[in-house]
Amino acid sequence: MPIKRREVEMKPTRYGYGEALVELGASDPNVVVLDADLSKSTMTKLFAEKYPERFFDMGIAEQDMLGTAAGLAIEGKIPFVSTYGVFVAGRAWDQIRTTICYSNLNVKIGGAHGGISVGPDGATHQALEEIATMRCIPNMTVIVPADAIETKKATLAAARMHGPVYLRFGRAPTPIFTKEDDEFVVGKARVLRDGTDVVIYGAGPLLYEALLAAEALEEDKGLSVAVINVHTVKPIDVDTIVEYAKKCGAAVTVEEHQVMGGFGSAVAEVIVQNHPIPMEFVGVQDRFGESGKPEELLPAFGLDAETIYDKVLKVLERKGN
Amino acid sequence: MFERPVEDTAKLKKIANQLRKDVVKMTYLAGSGHPGGSLSAADMMAVLFFYKMKLDPKNPKWEGRDYFILSKGHICPVYYSALCRVGFFPEDELWTLRKFGSRLQGHPASSKMQEIEVSTGSLGQGLSVANGIALGLKLDGKPNRVYCMLGDGELQEGQVWEAIMTAAHYKLDNVCAIVDYNNLQIDGFVEDVMGIAPLADKWRAFNWEVIEIDGHDIDQIKKALDEAENIKGKPTVIIAHTVKGKGVSFMENEAGWHGKAPSKEEYEKAMAELEAQDV
Ligand SMILES: Cc1ncc(C[n+]2csc(CCOP(=O)(O)OP(=O)(O)O)c2C)c(N)n1
Ligand SMILES: [Mg+2]
Repeated sequence: MPIKRREVEMKPTRYGYGEALVELGASDPNVVVLDADLSKSTMTKLFAEKYPERFFDMGIAEQDMLGTAAGLAIEGKIPFVSTYGVFVAGRAWDQIRTTICYSNLNVKIGGAHGGISVGPDGATHQALEEIATMRCIPNMTVIVPADAIETKKATLAAARMHGPVYLRFGRAPTPIFTKEDDEFVVGKARVLRDGTDVVIYGAGPLLYEALLAAEALEEDKGLSVAVINVHTVKPIDVDTIVEYAKKCGAAVTVEEHQVMGGFGSAVAEVIVQNHPIPMEFVGVQDRFGESGKPEELLPAFGLDAETIYDKVLKVLERKGN
Repeated sequence: MFERPVEDTAKLKKIANQLRKDVVKMTYLAGSGHPGGSLSAADMMAVLFFYKMKLDPKNPKWEGRDYFILSKGHICPVYYSALCRVGFFPEDELWTLRKFGSRLQGHPASSKMQEIEVSTGSLGQGLSVANGIALGLKLDGKPNRVYCMLGDGELQEGQVWEAIMTAAHYKLDNVCAIVDYNNLQIDGFVEDVMGIAPLADKWRAFNWEVIEIDGHDIDQIKKALDEAENIKGKPTVIIAHTVKGKGVSFMENEAGWHGKAPSKEEYEKAMAELEAQDV
């Protein structure tokens, strides 16, 4: 199955986060940024350089950082806290749940290094569970942007809304495939490609692989494949998901995260309750990550256009095509 | 009921006794709750809410208020009692503690009560929040102060020590931590379960100003809180030596009264003792 890869501009999604924070620093004096000794990785250093008096390095103390952010929010600030997803959504989960979400405080969490494409650091640093652990907390909004452009918009949108938000971004450069003038509305999925035979729902940079798979399926098999960017995992866009489930009758979900409890599960919750159709899940299958280059790890973990292509054919077989 | 601020020691004692009676009645009516740590903190809560803190019972979110964070959220009976007696809500509501539909949740819930700054109950998290408020106040150049009440057992949580570092690092002299050093936690004596001594030395080593007092001596509490306000360039901790269950003879120094409601007989005996202590 010939997936056609061509030259595409690449940029890590975290750059979009850092750039948005700098913009917010200029437009809103209430925006403050906290980091836990990883500002060079999370790109909050861009904000720290420009607005040092509103940047707080909290040291390697994630639980305290989340609590401090809660206090700043109580005092009317809009705190953005950042570190790697594993450390913020794992180690500080209780702080996020009880102090921040139960109190519905206006804290924005930037979870860096989401997904297997973190690469050589290996399993300890590859966040593969945080969509699940964040989306199950009441009051929390979870956004998984597709590229650096969308990450920037998502970050700006998070600052404009009230309440806790988890933003997920990755380490490695990934394709730029959304446009500056695409509309971004929290909670509203975007149709990247229309289709009628099968729908691929995705969140995050892997949507680019979904688009490649869709093109190849059309060329090889004459299939009409829809691809939907569900950047907001919570609150999820039920209407768009159900509309495409009805239109296509078979679905594949795509995420750089454990299949258990993650984005695919969120879509499945919508589908089984509204319009059950056959579904297949592309994601990490209940195993820890490993060291390697992103381009080695993604195929090894079945997170590439080739795997998506196969899963589409599999779900179409189940549909009875 | 009392014109705030209450300066008079005898009046503050009377208020503290009222808070104790409320705690006993509330937990009795609820059939559960945490009397031990509520009673050890009652004198400090009386002085904080009636003497020291700036607050407006008609406007819980008044901009000029001092902030209070109950890091050891389980002792909310005494917190609710203080909020009520200061005038935030009428007495009747106290007796709804822990009941279905009540604003007075088993642990403080800011989503239910505007008077509460942040939900607590998972120990070890409050001082971080107090620091964040204090940082925000400093950014805005505001004079409000932030008080945070912690348990001695609670100090075993690592996050507390992260927050202790943070407050000193950012020179948060608008933060005043208060440790209710009653020597007990659920499984027994703090020093047997997981020792925290020498406590004052630890805080000092982390660059805090330390004031040690008898947490049941109203004058000492007043003086310590006043002193803390005048210490600049670093945060202050008041280490208050207390007796868990203070004021009810059979609850004093008994780990078993950490989280247990009195029976009818025990309730009546406790109330009689507290009535007799009324000044
Ligand atoms: C993170 C967390 N772990 C455990 C508990 C259960 N718990 C509630 S109170 C308590 C003991 C607290 O002891 P201390 O801080 O000394 O409080 P006090 O004596 O003033 O009641 C424990 C373990 C909790 N609420 N939160
Ligand atoms: Mg104790």
